[in-house]
Amino acid sequence: MHAIDVRDLRKSYGDVTAVDGLSFHVEAGEVYALLGANGAGKSTAVEILEGHRTATSGAVEVLGVDPASAGREFRDRIGIVLQSSGVEAEFTVREVIELYGGCYRNPRPLDEVIELVGLDEKVDARIGSLSGGQRRRVDLALGIVGRPELLFLDEPTTGFDPSARRRSWDLIESLGDDGTTVLLTTHYLDEAEHLADRVGVLSQGRLIAEGSPDQLIGQVSGTVISFMLPDHVQAGAASATFGDLLGGDVRLSGRLVEVNVEQPTAAVHRVTGWAIEAGVELESLSVSRVSLEDVYLALTDADTSGEIS
Amino acid sequence: MTGFPSTLPLLVAQTRYQLVTFWRIPVAVFFTLGLPLIMLVLFNALFGSGTFSTSEGEISAQQFYTGGLAAFTAVSATFTNLANMVPLRRDEGVLKRWRGTPLPTWVYLAGFIVSAVIIAFVGVVLMLTLGTVVYDLEIEAAKMPAAVLTFLVGVGSFAALGMALAALVKSASSASAAANAIILPMAFVSNIFIQVDDAPDWIVALGNFFPLKHFAESFQDCFTPFVEPPAFDWASMGYVALWGVLGLVVALKRFTWEPSGSAPRGRRSRRVAVDATT
Repeated sequence: MHAIDVRDLRKSYGDVTAVDGLSFHVEAGEVYALLGANGAGKSTAVEILEGHRTATSGAVEVLGVDPASAGREFRDRIGIVLQSSGVEAEFTVREVIELYGGCYRNPRPLDEVIELVGLDEKVDARIGSLSGGQRRRVDLALGIVGRPELLFLDEPTTGFDPSARRRSWDLIESLGDDGTTVLLTTHYLDEAEHLADRVGVLSQGRLIAEGSPDQLIGQVSGTVISFMLPDHVQAGAASATFGDLLGGDVRLSGRLVEVNVEQPTAAVHRVTGWAIEAGVELESLSVSRVSLEDVYLALTDADTSGEIS
Repeated sequence: MTGFPSTLPLLVAQTRYQLVTFWRIPVAVFFTLGLPLIMLVLFNALFGSGTFSTSEGEISAQQFYTGGLAAFTAVSATFTNLANMVPLRRDEGVLKRWRGTPLPTWVYLAGFIVSAVIIAFVGVVLMLTLGTVVYDLEIEAAKMPAAVLTFLVGVGSFAALGMALAALVKSASSASAAANAIILPMAFVSNIFIQVDDAPDWIVALGNFFPLKHFAESFQDCFTPFVEPPAFDWASMGYVALWGVLGLVVALKRFTWEPSGSAPRGRRSRRVAVDATT
């Protein structure tokens, strides 16, 4: 049995369709990442799976039951970390963990929760005095206090500093290793690449690609050459200049030029030859394997411009 | 596998948690428990020597104020308190978080309501104690059953009305404004701050329409010397309870756990959502 089974899920609010025919499943014990831009429908989909919203149409099964009508038993088996939801600011970390933990059949002991999320020093601090990142760790603590079989993490590390992020990744990885099924939404590609067994790419409420990070990367062949746009080249002229030179589509982010090429050796030769001739330095020049980010951008560009579908 | 914790300990834990919350919010403590006591002292200092004549007899101003303000405290602790706190917790997303836990949702709400009733009880006892010690209030044992029942009907009904208002308002800031905009004018026409029997007809009619006057008067009666025991005012209690049932129906029909604005709903937010996607 799959931990999560979603078939042709739709959710609309009036004229707006947030989820538009989404189908996917998550195996028990798997870490699955739903990847998508803001507004792609990730949170709506996840909140339907959590039982917080009802679907307009489609079939949803989570841990063998329909979350829309599921009761206490179901909520004992899941843990939810919502994108933004408050905790009682007047209470200490210890108090909220004990209070929320007290509702589950078999809660984790306080010390274990505190250690897992790394809030040792703040255990007797009021929630209201914590920083944003620390509060997010309280969210995580309340998500895992009931020993969930299935943990929903809606953008768990948004707003974290890099070290807090690494720590949360370690926590999520260790939960995954213990057999907890994790459904993660994120718009950080490195997060999905690092944590997920499988990734579903969501755009405009639909799944446009799915697979392990390696499989997805494998779909887009090539090598990415990137460098900063030389000062004397206008942004508008970047495509014309480097597209022909490198033999690929130019992606310009700020002044960063990125081109995906099939034959990197010759392409590097041409662009460096051009630079030497023009007497300019190509700053931050790099040659790298395509990343999940390149795949994602290629997929979503194609999807929003209507080339796929 | 072990079973779920049983309901009673959960309800006790939830009630305790709401009481601790209340106690840790100084503004709530001041407005709910402190302010009515200050009003009692001030009104008595200003008008305490007089008497009010009602259709049934003379009542000293001291007795009038103590009974009326005790009822007002009970209403502050239930109606005003719930109408403030519940939307606040909803805005914060705390309600939504609790709904995702195995705690039965009714236990969460019951914790809110039971704690409000306990706060009301403490407030009323404080008020009556001050009244007895300083303001010549007479406590007759024979009328205490009526006082307790009137109190319970009153706090139950005003708690339901508080939940109804909490369900109707969109945000915590408008909830706080709405609760005060309702309760303060209502107190003026309901024999709490001043006796309104000689007031213009429309004020009397207004007072008679809303439940506060019925609650305040029937509670005052339990401490008024010329009212004979057992002092059950069934008609008033019934009228207050009717409002309570109305409140309950509205609360049950309209209550939401989601912060408003988290999902597009209503015409305006829908337009915003459309703009955002195009």
